[in-house]
Amino acid sequence: MSQYTEIVENGLWKQNPGVVQLLGLCPTLAVTTSVVNGASLGLATALVMAAANGAVSPVRKFVPAEIRVPVFILVIAALVTVIDLAIHGFAEPLHKVLGIFIPLIVVNCIVLARVESFAAKNTPAPAMLDGFMMGLGLTFVLSILGGIRELIGKGTLLSGIDLAFGPAFKPWVLTVIPDYHGFLLAILPPGAFLGLACLIAFRNWAGNRATKPVQPSGSLKPTL
Amino acid sequence: MWRQLFWRTPCLTSLDSFLKLSMPETIIKHASKTAITLIAFALVFTTLLAYVFNITKAPIEKSEAAARMALFSQIVPSSMHNNDMLKDSINIAPNDLLGNKQTSIANIARIDNAPAAVILEATAHDGYSGDIKLLIAIKYDGKISGVRVLTHKETPGLGDYIDIAKGNWIKLFDGESLTKTSDANWNVKKDNGQFDYMAGATITPRAVVKAVHKALQYFETNKDSLFAEKETS
Repeated sequence: MSQYTEIVENGLWKQNPGVVQLLGLCPTLAVTTSVVNGASLGLATALVMAAANGAVSPVRKFVPAEIRVPVFILVIAALVTVIDLAIHGFAEPLHKVLGIFIPLIVVNCIVLARVESFAAKNTPAPAMLDGFMMGLGLTFVLSILGGIRELIGKGTLLSGIDLAFGPAFKPWVLTVIPDYHGFLLAILPPGAFLGLACLIAFRNWAGNRATKPVQPSGSLKPTL
Repeated sequence: MWRQLFWRTPCLTSLDSFLKLSMPETIIKHASKTAITLIAFALVFTTLLAYVFNITKAPIEKSEAAARMALFSQIVPSSMHNNDMLKDSINIAPNDLLGNKQTSIANIARIDNAPAAVILEATAHDGYSGDIKLLIAIKYDGKISGVRVLTHKETPGLGDYIDIAKGNWIKLFDGESLTKTSDANWNVKKDNGQFDYMAGATITPRAVVKAVHKALQYFETNKDSLFAEKETS
């Protein structure tokens, strides 16, 4: 059971793909202009990662090492296309929102990275959990970064939630700062870099703080 | 010394290991096993894709038609037509003013057989990334009834405010016409025109403004033939 706890901890905090592994920076920087954008892409990525890890893990023994990368990419691309087609066919409103983002998941290196480093060496159940938790960790980072940029850039939170979950959610849109004229830098790409830098700095600070008391206060210099 | 140098050269090292491996039966066995595995995976997943494509084809077409009709009713309100616009259509040959490289479809709105408006498909090729496909509804009197973006590949969260789902920018065109706005003003404000845009994404709205302008010119020059053709269809 402790293996699963470790997987959860790794995905959400210790090895968080967004602020520790720094994988999947393309969507992290590109789509996090609002909470809803970030969370939607994060959840879609989590699903794809769970599916990809779950699909690769059972066949890992049949794949020779030389061709594992092409096979993994084939599996990931096929799964993403299947999910894309299924959403388009059976959940048209969702496809309108996520449609542009889903094909982007194929080129997201975090999916291939987890397939290669975890699913190719572990049994299906932990592999799927790892994929999902890594995706969830990414979702948190994308949502927080989206929240920061949306708040500073537009003065709102959760704008566009009615598009993702239906018109009933319209009242959920919060105008935190009324009569705000917007701070464009936060919405533009530099805002993504600055916001992400702050998040990484926070993660490092919090991580160091948590480990400090454990370390002996002797002459040993802390390793980087 | 030369030998030592060569020994350290990576390409020779790999050549050496290649020679070690080059007993024919080993190589053929290994390569064919690898190739067969790759082919097997490709076959299995191609089959899966073909299967999913087949079962989702009908629902996708259905939902696209429904979405199209919903889009039509956004730009041509039900008070402006009482015919089935999806079926009442003519084909337009490819031309530069509409930017279409293939035959496009124009849907016609009528009230009791009298033409009320036409919905043109137009394509802007000079967007930030890829083509921007537009639906432009022009009333009989030459005024724009509404414009909507059909498909685009503009940057999510940046250039995508041309989409009605992300902003009301596209409604700037409502009620515009060639007579109301002079040719020089058919530009974004950055190019001394009258159309607003969001800083950071100028290329996208510029392309859309141009495309709408050209579509109006197309409508103006082809108005008679459009309406003549409509009467016979």
